[in-house]
Amino acid sequence: MSDGLIHLRVNGQPVAVPEGTNVAAAVARVSTGFRRSVHGEPRAPLCGMGACFECRVRVDGHANVRACMTPARAGMQVQTDD
Amino acid sequence: MTERYDVLVVGAGPAGLAAAQAAASHGRRVGVIDAQARPGGQFWRHDIAKAPTRAAQAAITAIDRVELLAGHTVIASEGQTLRTESAHGAHDLEYGALVLATGARELLLPFPGWTLPGVTGAGGLQALVKQGWPIAGKRVVVAGSGPLLLAAADSLRAHGAQVLGIYEQASARALAAFTAQLWRWPARAMQALSLRTRLAGVPYRSGSHVRAAFGDDTLEAIEITGPHGVRRVACDHLAVGYGLVPDTGLPRLLGCALQDNARHPGVRVDAFGHTSVANVFAAGEACGIGGLAVARIEGAIAGHAAAGDDASAAALLPRRTRARRFSGLLACSFALDPRLHALATPQTVVCRCEDVPLGALDDFSDTRAARLASRCGMGACQGRICGSALAELGRFMPATGRRPPLFPARLDSLAASAGDRSLTTDC
Repeated sequence: MSDGLIHLRVNGQPVAVPEGTNVAAAVARVSTGFRRSVHGEPRAPLCGMGACFECRVRVDGHANVRACMTPARAGMQVQTDD
Repeated sequence: MTERYDVLVVGAGPAGLAAAQAAASHGRRVGVIDAQARPGGQFWRHDIAKAPTRAAQAAITAIDRVELLAGHTVIASEGQTLRTESAHGAHDLEYGALVLATGARELLLPFPGWTLPGVTGAGGLQALVKQGWPIAGKRVVVAGSGPLLLAAADSLRAHGAQVLGIYEQASARALAAFTAQLWRWPARAMQALSLRTRLAGVPYRSGSHVRAAFGDDTLEAIEITGPHGVRRVACDHLAVGYGLVPDTGLPRLLGCALQDNARHPGVRVDAFGHTSVANVFAAGEACGIGGLAVARIEGAIAGHAAAGDDASAAALLPRRTRARRFSGLLACSFALDPRLHALATPQTVVCRCEDVPLGALDDFSDTRAARLASRCGMGACQGRICGSALAELGRFMPATGRRPPLFPARLDSLAASAGDRSLTTDC
């Protein structure tokens, strides 16, 4: 696209974000929860720097990808665990 | 395939960039590994809405002769070779000398409600916002301890957040003593002054901490304890961090000794940055929290020493001594109020990966027994968050050793070393 934005999908919904945005920021536009804990509680990013693994999501079929460490790319399919 | 570097640096923050530049100035082949997609580390993290500062730009362009391996996470080590994983698979990087500039992480302490979406670290939310996290118009409370709170609040405001207040746990007296000493570090004093000026209008309260967060599926309100009692504040985000702790995961994997008698020990080094392991150096926050000036000068010292030029390293030692004095001031000024150790109840989850409540650890004095019985620290983060928290709470001794994989890794990244037990244990 020529609008200078990156177009991807989060839980099937189209999201457009500026260059340099990470997947966590793209997910936050669609969902407050990123994953479910072992007891089913909603969880979302905590540390913002790749240490806590609370932001892990599924990206293009790959499970357990840290959203905060992954740059958003055109055409990505991101799925939260909600 | 194995790439060989004369000097390999882990971490592309201020210390790592300085080390790489110093080592490369001696004509060595130098590589810098960083898990993030861009260089700069946490301090100089790229902000999508802002041009880099001149210092950050200068440090990044100064490594034009260095090979930057961005998006590489170190997962294992064998001899003088590190195995990393990137989007392109596994890589083996052999080194003559290694400089560990692994930096710091935020100290995050458990309290009722801290697992709710909307509760993040203070530096944590700052990092997220710099990479596009939608914060404009959101009500944010910044809390915890240390100078990072001001920097975080400043970034959040610049991105349009409505910062309701900054709550520092240190007492007014401790802060006054800190400010009275700050003139001895003019650059830090100027930085603090300009932050406070930019944050004019945002309440800054000392002797105050968040004791609980509330909400159903997401944060709705918090309770703050201060000198004048308890108060409830409705907010969308709570950015709470209790300062920084050295990130020693990789140093421990390599067998580097840590400092004695510290709650959050850094890597033990001599003045030139030598660790207890031959050909392995460390610099900056990994050796104890000291801030930007310490990181840059120690990085340069370790870089020169790793390239074999002890004379250039020695010339920088007086500056290091001066910069390191600031670490002591930070540690005593922002020492944590013991009440923070009592915020988590027996029902409060302490290990977020495995949902282990603090009370489940009550019958254990030994880390290993507690882990085996409760699964505390056995999840995806491998104890990175709960380990530091429990060390701060005085529950367990800080970890010393470390087993691979350092981060959860794809099986095929580890499989290339099948048959080599040092790389495949514990996966």
